[in-house]
Amino acid sequence: MVAYVIKRVGLALLVIFVVSLVGFLALRLTGDPAVAMAGEASSEADIRNIRLQYGFDRPILIQYADWLGRAVRGDFGVSNYFRLPVSDLIMSRFPTTALLAAFSISFALIISIPLGIIAAVRQNSWIDRLALLFAVSGQAMPNFWLALLLIVLFSVTYPLLPPSGSGEWVNFIMPTIVLGTHAMPALMRLTRNGMLDVLASDYMRTARAKGLRWYTVLFKHGLRNAMIPLVALTAVQFGFLLSGSIVTEAIFALHGLGHLAWESITRRDIPTVQAVLIILATFYTLLTLLGDLLNAWLDPRIRVS
Amino acid sequence: MTRYLLGASAAALMLASIASPAFAQKENDTLRISWREELPSYDVYYASPRESVLLSRLVWDNLVDRDPVTHEYRPLLAESYEWIDEKTLEFKLRRNVTFHDGSPFTADDVAYTLNRVSSPEAAVVNPKMVNWIGSVEKVDDYTVRILMDEPFPAALEYLAAAVPIYPKAHYESGGPEGMSANPIGTGPYRVVEAVPGTSIKLEKNEDYFPDSPKGQPHIGRIEQRTIPDPQTQVAELMAGRLDWIWLVPPDIASRLETRPNIKVLPGETMRIGYVAFDTRGTSGVEYFKDRRVRQAVAHALNRDAIARNLIGAGSSVIHSACYPSQFGCEQNVRAYEYDPDKARALLAEAGYPSGFSVDIYGYRERHVTEAIIGDLQNVGIRANLNSVRFATFKEMNFEGTIPLRHGAFGAWSINDVSITMEGFFQGEEEDTIHDPELIAWNSEAKQIVDQDRRQELYTKALRRIADEAFWVPLHTYVTLYAFNSDLDFQPQPDEVARFYQARWK
Repeated sequence: MVAYVIKRVGLALLVIFVVSLVGFLALRLTGDPAVAMAGEASSEADIRNIRLQYGFDRPILIQYADWLGRAVRGDFGVSNYFRLPVSDLIMSRFPTTALLAAFSISFALIISIPLGIIAAVRQNSWIDRLALLFAVSGQAMPNFWLALLLIVLFSVTYPLLPPSGSGEWVNFIMPTIVLGTHAMPALMRLTRNGMLDVLASDYMRTARAKGLRWYTVLFKHGLRNAMIPLVALTAVQFGFLLSGSIVTEAIFALHGLGHLAWESITRRDIPTVQAVLIILATFYTLLTLLGDLLNAWLDPRIRVS
Repeated sequence: MTRYLLGASAAALMLASIASPAFAQKENDTLRISWREELPSYDVYYASPRESVLLSRLVWDNLVDRDPVTHEYRPLLAESYEWIDEKTLEFKLRRNVTFHDGSPFTADDVAYTLNRVSSPEAAVVNPKMVNWIGSVEKVDDYTVRILMDEPFPAALEYLAAAVPIYPKAHYESGGPEGMSANPIGTGPYRVVEAVPGTSIKLEKNEDYFPDSPKGQPHIGRIEQRTIPDPQTQVAELMAGRLDWIWLVPPDIASRLETRPNIKVLPGETMRIGYVAFDTRGTSGVEYFKDRRVRQAVAHALNRDAIARNLIGAGSSVIHSACYPSQFGCEQNVRAYEYDPDKARALLAEAGYPSGFSVDIYGYRERHVTEAIIGDLQNVGIRANLNSVRFATFKEMNFEGTIPLRHGAFGAWSINDVSITMEGFFQGEEEDTIHDPELIAWNSEAKQIVDQDRRQELYTKALRRIADEAFWVPLHTYVTLYAFNSDLDFQPQPDEVARFYQARWK
């Protein structure tokens, strides 16, 4: 197990490093940040000044090493746009994103687990088909489209919910539905498939033959075993929700990390983009790692192979 | 079944009761506005989005104000102003003005604010706004002098645009961070609550000085919320949870127009579109060194169709390389009518009877660039589209590597043609022409304060630009506003929404 953990952690660190390097280079490749920062009516001298002031004139790998050296100590520099420490900005935006991700994953689990179980127990029935349809459309429908449909329905046609803002809990209802719906299909299909495998296994037949009540069989013997892959997937999906809320946050005007990332890209606020990128990548990698380790702990076959 | 229905209606009722009331706020005398840009600071010297200028006019006052209709400069915080010489501007200040915190407004506030923001260490986001200021001297408590290192004839225009005066004590102790957290000015509205980047709440300043040329504010409260997505803004407006939005995308605006309680208004802006050439061959393309080729392009473009169909209502075609209201923007210049036959003839005369291939660069409205390409194709010029980012576009211009480009310039709403000339026709920055005569005239006009002589020089320059077809000016841009029809609101070409003049019908 120790060797397995070391290998996975090493791999995770490597992923984070590569993401930060690729992100850093890609940001520079899309144009001179100094020109973008100086604005429309700037002169060449203004741009030269900015280049010197922010050190954009140095070789790119030196700039990267400099950034990395400070980033590992928690210093992400100062935002070009807000002129505030990037770490302060991130701390002020993170709670909204974390709250939204937590709501969404809970919502997704509450719907998808029961639906997955029912679909497995009543395999090939109309409810299984319906669940499949739901899964396919949930996966296929882009977030922004569902978000706009919900806004049209619940804010314009029937003005029940506020379309934007983050002040009250009602502001989170529609964003939670949108993000949750996107996370649901995979969770539901995995529950269903897991349950189907388990239901066909010998120990389930034995349990039933012993005369146990159906729900004891289903939940105590069945679900527990079917849950193993679901734990890992939930961790991954949670990471995905943390980093994947960019569009949803922009539409519902939730001033979270995703929105900060998006706006910072258009403003070419490089220190902020880099910091958000590395933080989201770290979360995603850590949660995936956590999923892997949980799986290995729950299922000895994984850590042996 | 009935039980389910009852349950569903109960849930709906519960939801309805928690959602905010959805009706116009005329009764509450609160104007709820929204914009998309997140302001990095409420200190307007450190926020580049235009919305910051809107806010600046509400909370603060400039030394002078420009009448949005007559374009005359009216003393605002000043009582009067006078050019002492070409490099010295003196202001007598008003004596009856107080800041929102109760402290009196004096010469110290003007001198401190302007000296601070114009110093290079201040590193304000739009240095051009203030870097013409050499230093500011207090003569007595109500007299200040702005001293310039070089003559700067457009000084009043800049002071009227976005150079607000801050209270010295507050700015000295808190700096930009303090001003952003607790914005204090002399303006028609005072800040009640400022949440960084997200929302700001304002309240009418009952003690606003009575003889302000900006007039007295009418609406009691103004609340701003930042909503990044235009569709969401429109939903908020339709749901009656917002009263005013701007920069509405044209396709949404046309659908909004059909709503009974919403008014959509196009407002012409000072931003102009243009097509420009590499007239010296620095990009390796020699075609545009020939005036006839440039004139052929001017005749080939159907500017009316572009303005009418692609930019939309409110846009007008321009022939001079500037916005008509700008000082010095001569309108009596050579106009090139849409005439593809003439364009073909000119090309043949220049030795290209079957046209040629060239790269065209654009960074803004791609569909307009594509329309330009279509018009050029029609006369035999095969232009290949290169859609690039603004930063790349600008950098390539500095290097002179773009043969043919489609660009736009907003002039920062400066109502003086010097900003356009400096940027494109004075041998610096994005000048890809380097015409000695233009450089001489424009440089002279920049150095003198005699307005008649400046007008004369800019007239010569703009006529030459048109005669030589150095630029093909296309059209003005339009900003679309949408607001509650109970609101009496008038947009202006400088795109500064003046909410202190708005009122309920």
